[in-house]
Amino acid sequence: MIKVDHIWKSFNRQTVLKDISVEFEKGKNNLIIGQSGSGKTVLLKSIVGLLDIDKGEVKYDDVVYSKLNFKKKKEIRKKIGMLFQGSALFDSSTVEENVIYPLNMFTNMSYEEKRERANFCLNRVNILNANQLYPSEISGGMQKRVAIARAIALNPEYLFCDEPDSGLDPITTLRINNLIKEITEEFNTITIVNTHDMNSVMEFGEKIIFIHMGQKWWEGTNKDILHTENEKLNDFVFANHMAKRLKQIK
Amino acid sequence: MQFFYNFGKYVILLTKVFSKPEKSKIYYKQTLKELINLGVNSIGIVIVISAFTGAVITLQTAYNTENPFYPRYLIGLMARDTIILEFSSTMVGLILAGKIGSNIASEIGTMRITEQIDALEIMGVNSASYLILPKIIASVLFNPLLTMISIAVGVFGGWIAGTVTGVVSSEDYIYGIQFAFIPFYVTYALIKTVFYAFVITSVSSYCGYFVRGGALEVGRSSTKAVVYSCILILLCDVILTQLILS
Ligand SMILES: Nc1ncnc2c1ncn2[C@@H]1O[C@H](COP(=O)(O)OP(=O)(O)OP(=O)(O)O)[C@@H](O)[C@H]1O
Ligand SMILES: [Mg+2]
Repeated sequence: MIKVDHIWKSFNRQTVLKDISVEFEKGKNNLIIGQSGSGKTVLLKSIVGLLDIDKGEVKYDDVVYSKLNFKKKKEIRKKIGMLFQGSALFDSSTVEENVIYPLNMFTNMSYEEKRERANFCLNRVNILNANQLYPSEISGGMQKRVAIARAIALNPEYLFCDEPDSGLDPITTLRINNLIKEITEEFNTITIVNTHDMNSVMEFGEKIIFIHMGQKWWEGTNKDILHTENEKLNDFVFANHMAKRLKQIK
Repeated sequence: MQFFYNFGKYVILLTKVFSKPEKSKIYYKQTLKELINLGVNSIGIVIVISAFTGAVITLQTAYNTENPFYPRYLIGLMARDTIILEFSSTMVGLILAGKIGSNIASEIGTMRITEQIDALEIMGVNSASYLILPKIIASVLFNPLLTMISIAVGVFGGWIAGTVTGVVSSEDYIYGIQFAFIPFYVTYALIKTVFYAFVITSVSSYCGYFVRGGALEVGRSSTKAVVYSCILILLCDVILTQLILS
């Protein structure tokens, strides 16, 4: 379980996260939703410790992760897989080398084993015949998928995805969401996904928190989300005309 | 105030850089890569610049000492000492600051703004050490070699220029470059080079590592890297010269 306990984060004078508390459970798809600029990425980066929080704490199981020193954090980080909003592939390495990288760093596998594992992960995200290409030579959606392959290479216990579906077509989005769900269930990971794609929310949101202007505005499941009275959340969920009409018909 | 802030941050970064590597085999591979990237790829520019500057130094020395009382071999001697003492260490250092410094700052800066450094960190890799240490080691090892090449090519360039234009005969020049040769000058040049290599790589890495923003800031950081490296090289030059030669 990951427990976020009253965390605050500000940059210069702007307070981005205001007193957020939430718990994320194992084997579940946890979603963080909210408008662009609401603080989703900052929240995710605070949870994984890429940003230092000002107040509060983040607990991984029983360890107060946010207060650990760099060395001890490293031990936990080896169990984290993370997909960044901009993929963050190493652009001087090929697709295959990108996926092999964490294996190189943290396992003693032979070269053959590493390649096999890398190909297995690439297969799972449906990347075929692109092993020797560089990130700049593949499309944005492919980069996302390679980044997911890299994130799952070491069988992570914690999986964080920052907008896995932005910039992807509906079919690929569905495929990636399914993949994330499968991995979550198969390896019993704690998965936290940032998104503003309502389809993903409806399909996969076993637990959803809605962030608005840096505050946790609402928390629930994909079943609750359609029936909420929360005005800001309704504005968000039923933002487009079609959704609004659907709600009226209901 | 800003200076102390930056200096403190720089020192903290260096302590992170010099912490124990997690997997020495990978660091070894990275270092080899950087030897090629920062070292071998700089040989060309060093040769070209050294050859021409060696030629110019010889010609200028010749024109400035056109006096029947001076023996002609002094041209060779003076060209040699200028090249060893100042040109091949400091001038080449400044040129490398331009080439290597901007290269390092923009490489690391781009990795920062595209979250590649975050990706390393989140895997549990010490990104500072992984990215910067191989560059420092590669430069500190290879730059002395570049200096030696520069000295050799510079002196040779002087010989060609001198004999082709006829300002000094081949015998005089060769006699001159051997006359009253102080081997310690070469050591002095190499010591300086090692310091410069460290300054260039660490300062440029620092500039790139803490970039925030976008492509524009990466560009700025690489300019900063070159400017700061150059200033620090000149400062080092003064200090080291005072310490070593006095
Ligand atoms: N490193 C930073 N320095 C200063 N301000 C920042 C920094 N990172 C984020 N912010 C600010 O924090 C706020 C929230 O940003 P964040 O990236 O978390 O938004 P987001 O919810 O992920 O949006 P999007 O859906 O567009 O990715 C923004 O107003 C942004 O300007
Ligand atoms: Mg974001």
